[in-house]
Amino acid sequence: MSVAILRQGAYLIASVQSDLSDTEVMWLRQELAERIGKYRSRGIVIDVATLDVIDSFVARALSAIVLTAKLRGAETVIVGIHPDVAIAMVQFRLNLQPLRVVLDLDEATALLDRLTRRDQKDGG
Amino acid sequence: MEDEIRIPINADEDLVAARAQARAMADRLGFPRPDPTLIATAVSEVARNIVMHATRGEIVLKPCEDGVRYGLVVMAIDQGPGIRDIEAAVRDDYSARGGLGLGLPGARRLMDEFEIESDADTGTTVTMRKWRFRDELARLREERRRRG
Repeated sequence: MSVAILRQGAYLIASVQSDLSDTEVMWLRQELAERIGKYRSRGIVIDVATLDVIDSFVARALSAIVLTAKLRGAETVIVGIHPDVAIAMVQFRLNLQPLRVVLDLDEATALLDRLTRRDQKDGG
Repeated sequence: MEDEIRIPINADEDLVAARAQARAMADRLGFPRPDPTLIATAVSEVARNIVMHATRGEIVLKPCEDGVRYGLVVMAIDQGPGIRDIEAAVRDDYSARGGLGLGLPGARRLMDEFEIESDADTGTTVTMRKWRFRDELARLREERRRRG
């Protein structure tokens, strides 16, 4: 399997290790949705730094993960899109609106801290 | 100049090999960044098109030249049911059989040339070419030259 999901406090960190097959992308979506409930996770970081192609399937799957996680009560941040991949995604005209993207893990957890704190305030 | 590479496409796992081989050939042919990534992404889309609509087929990668320029040609060949409306298939909003409507128009934007031949008896062949340009300016000059 080329995806590893680690738990760090209230967050889940999914690291993509290499090129992903479609089956592995679907596994990631399913697995994250389940672990959010199991660990009461408030946030997800998906690290795609080593992913060298993000095509329409992967982009849609990432959007689907973001929306699925949201329905399970968690926010998602994508980390580390390679510069060439970013250029390809723009030229492809993929719709990336649901995705929140930052450059590294520190920024990702900082953003999740802000997002989940605000949620708690809104809720209480 | 190197020979062609044929990659059988029978399941979604085969896309991983198709992307890797396309990137490797683009690198060997001296394509500058980000072209190998654009080519690998386009190959991924046409290969997925085979898995979704024809179940099996193959990707053929080979170098090409036209006397002035060098490049890489990608062919995605299947013996599936064919594409009924090719014009529609490359339009942005088209999505047959719940498929990825984005795929083919997206692949077309990533490459320099893009053609589809399809009929119900023989299946579908998508042919895409990417020429090796030094930079975007060289690409625009070449486009102007070709338009005359």
